[in-house]
Amino acid sequence: MAGQPLIEMQDVAFGYRGGGTLLGGMELALQPGSFHFLTGPSGSGKTTFLKLLTGELTPSTGRITAFGRDLAELGRDGIAALRRRMGVVHQDPQFLDHLPLVENIALPLTVARQPVDVPALKGLMAWVGLTGHAKTLPPALSGGERQRAALARAVILSPDLVLADEPTGNLDEEMSMRLMQLLVELNRSGKTVLLATHDLNLIRALKPMVAARVLRIAGGRVQLAGADL
Amino acid sequence: MTRLAQGQPRPGRGANLPKIGALNPKALWSGLVSGEGGAGDRMVPRTGATAMLVLLTSGAMAFLAVFALALTFATGRLADRWAEGLARTMTIRITAPQDVADAEARRVLDILAQTPGVAEARTVSQEEMQELLLPWFGPDMPVDALPIPRLVELTLDGGGPDVDNLELRLEGEVPDAVLDDHTRWREPLVTAATRLRSLGWMSLGLIAVTAAGMISLAAQASLAANGGVIRVLRLIGARDLTIAGAFVRRFTRRAALGALGGALLGMLAIAALPDMDQAGTFLTGLGFTGASWLWPLLIPVFAAGIAFLATRRAAIRRLREIP
Repeated sequence: MAGQPLIEMQDVAFGYRGGGTLLGGMELALQPGSFHFLTGPSGSGKTTFLKLLTGELTPSTGRITAFGRDLAELGRDGIAALRRRMGVVHQDPQFLDHLPLVENIALPLTVARQPVDVPALKGLMAWVGLTGHAKTLPPALSGGERQRAALARAVILSPDLVLADEPTGNLDEEMSMRLMQLLVELNRSGKTVLLATHDLNLIRALKPMVAARVLRIAGGRVQLAGADL
Repeated sequence: MTRLAQGQPRPGRGANLPKIGALNPKALWSGLVSGEGGAGDRMVPRTGATAMLVLLTSGAMAFLAVFALALTFATGRLADRWAEGLARTMTIRITAPQDVADAEARRVLDILAQTPGVAEARTVSQEEMQELLLPWFGPDMPVDALPIPRLVELTLDGGGPDVDNLELRLEGEVPDAVLDDHTRWREPLVTAATRLRSLGWMSLGLIAVTAAGMISLAAQASLAANGGVIRVLRLIGARDLTIAGAFVRRFTRRAALGALGGALLGMLAIAALPDMDQAGTFLTGLGFTGASWLWPLLIPVFAAGIAFLATRRAAIRRLREIP
């Protein structure tokens, strides 16, 4: 029997000002420990969908609950607390360019006023293959290194949920698979993962490795994808 | 049915924002003394231009504030001295030919000796008169040849004499003597000094407002330049106060340091002015005495408070724009 969903959407609709409805009638329940792909063509609303989950955007109608809390009822501090329970990896991850990589990865600990566990931090950097880049400034990193650093930063607070928005968009196939494997490992350790990607080949390559559901945005609605994938 | 979507980035929610007007002494103190280089402070990159702007602005404003404070104190002292000193003395002027004037002066002294409220009375000597006129006529003018009235100076005791009675008696016994209780020229002087003191306080207020404006502008420039940093921090779950705190600490510390430097320079400049006892004029009296030297040391504390409030306000406003 399924437990309380980490994320739940009920009849959610969203549209940018003056742009009509982009997404509508969305229903979703992300169960703890699940792995979901979110796919759809470019411009279909994948990024918007994720921004709704992180509180960066407010739905026009409907209700989104995260960790049992209605996002509409959260203040700015509440949204900040929510984001500390979510790790987010963007397609073009942003860092504080004046800080070395190790401090960037540890930044969520700083803002959460938590002490830095140095061995754990070193272990995390080793996990994403960035041990030798601790003192490197972000602008000196390659695209793949930035994505892995973003993943390390996203999981340093041990969030319950990891959201990844086209994290392989700028990576070659080998680097993409390496990053995907890290996400699969996270899921096997009990984390809930929602991965947005337009790359169907990537989904097909990963499906044998993880029990995942595939959601597709089509016609402004989120649907469970069929066996054609 | 889907309502017409009007979605937009999550706006700031005023009800949940911290109160920005309140000056939190604990946070202010933390901003002044907490070490630079902690991870929280390092979140914000050091920006040379705004750092120098805040340092220089607060330093210059503190320097000016020291002079405004000195002006305020000097005019205050002057007003008190004129009000008190002149109120304790009166002058009797005897306008008569030389051969009569001496006798009339003696008669006036006799009358004053019998008048209650007069502690001391003396005739102003020719040498003192010459000294008084020296600035206007120069050293070569034969003052003896001028028809200068005799002056009798009274030092008052307690509430002073009954002026009306004294005037009546002088009128009857020494018609050439005219009593001057200094009211005619004392009041405008005291009024002028009091207004100067008010202007000093107004100058201090203007300096504070200007400093707040400059620091606020510098903070806004820094916040705008660091928009990317702020967005990253928000996305990883930083609270508004955590982000604002990093800017507030930095600007508070810079303003306090700049103001401390400016205040110390101002105090040195004031100390280097000629000794007020040497000439006793207004300009040479522009300084601090005794414990009033401690007042300029409060300027850096006020500067820190101003920077704290200005930066906090600017930061919270900026953060409201970021979802």
